Amino acid sequence: MLATCIRALPDEGCGLLLGTVDGVVADVVASRNVAASAKVYEIDPKVLLQTFRRADDEGLEVMGVFHSHTHSPAYPSATDIRQAPDPDWHYVLISLAAIPTDLRSYSIVEGIVLEELVQVEGVTGPLPDD
Amino acid sequence: MSALLRIPTVLRPAMGGESAISVEGSTIGAILDDVTNRFPAVKGQLLNDDGTLHRFLNVYVNDDDVRYLGGVETPVNDTDEITLLPAVAGGAW
Repeated sequence: MLATCIRALPDEGCGLLLGTVDGVVADVVASRNVAASAKVYEIDPKVLLQTFRRADDEGLEVMGVFHSHTHSPAYPSATDIRQAPDPDWHYVLISLAAIPTDLRSYSIVEGIVLEELVQVEGVTGPLPDD
Repeated sequence: MSALLRIPTVLRPAMGGESAISVEGSTIGAILDDVTNRFPAVKGQLLNDDGTLHRFLNVYVNDDDVRYLGGVETPVNDTDEITLLPAVAGGAW
């Protein structure tokens, strides 16, 4: 789920959860965010149909959905609440507001390792207009 | 013309409890009119007031999303399988 959402950046990432009614996830099905937005998501209707058919074929249930909030907490927004499609589903939220990373750069010359200063530019600022 | 309509779990309580029903109509629009006449409680979840498909309803004829066919004008044959699935959408905004 995390990999799907990171790959979707700068847009929200999303996908479906296949499993059992008692909450055991058997598989995660990544989807393209057809809204193509950093503010909203929509599961690809084709993936939705394929996943429901697969659930029928394999004796599973489509038990929920995951999606990311690129800059806000992992909690359902008013939009998430209003548009929640199924009261029996599980709604997984992933916040990418503060991804823990440890990115460093080094020179390596004749076995000598020296750390270099890394300055990241151009990744902060307002969300793009949709 | 009688096709098979597959009903999503969330709509079954208001549509007789079945997972699939036979429906009448030669187009998606006619079929949804048949459905909403039989189950008036679901009308607002299927159609807009102007008769177009609800924004957050996916309708498929066999493997095809009717948005890419003819919308409510999409023709339906009696061997076709129509699937309704609520859109899955949301977001931080």
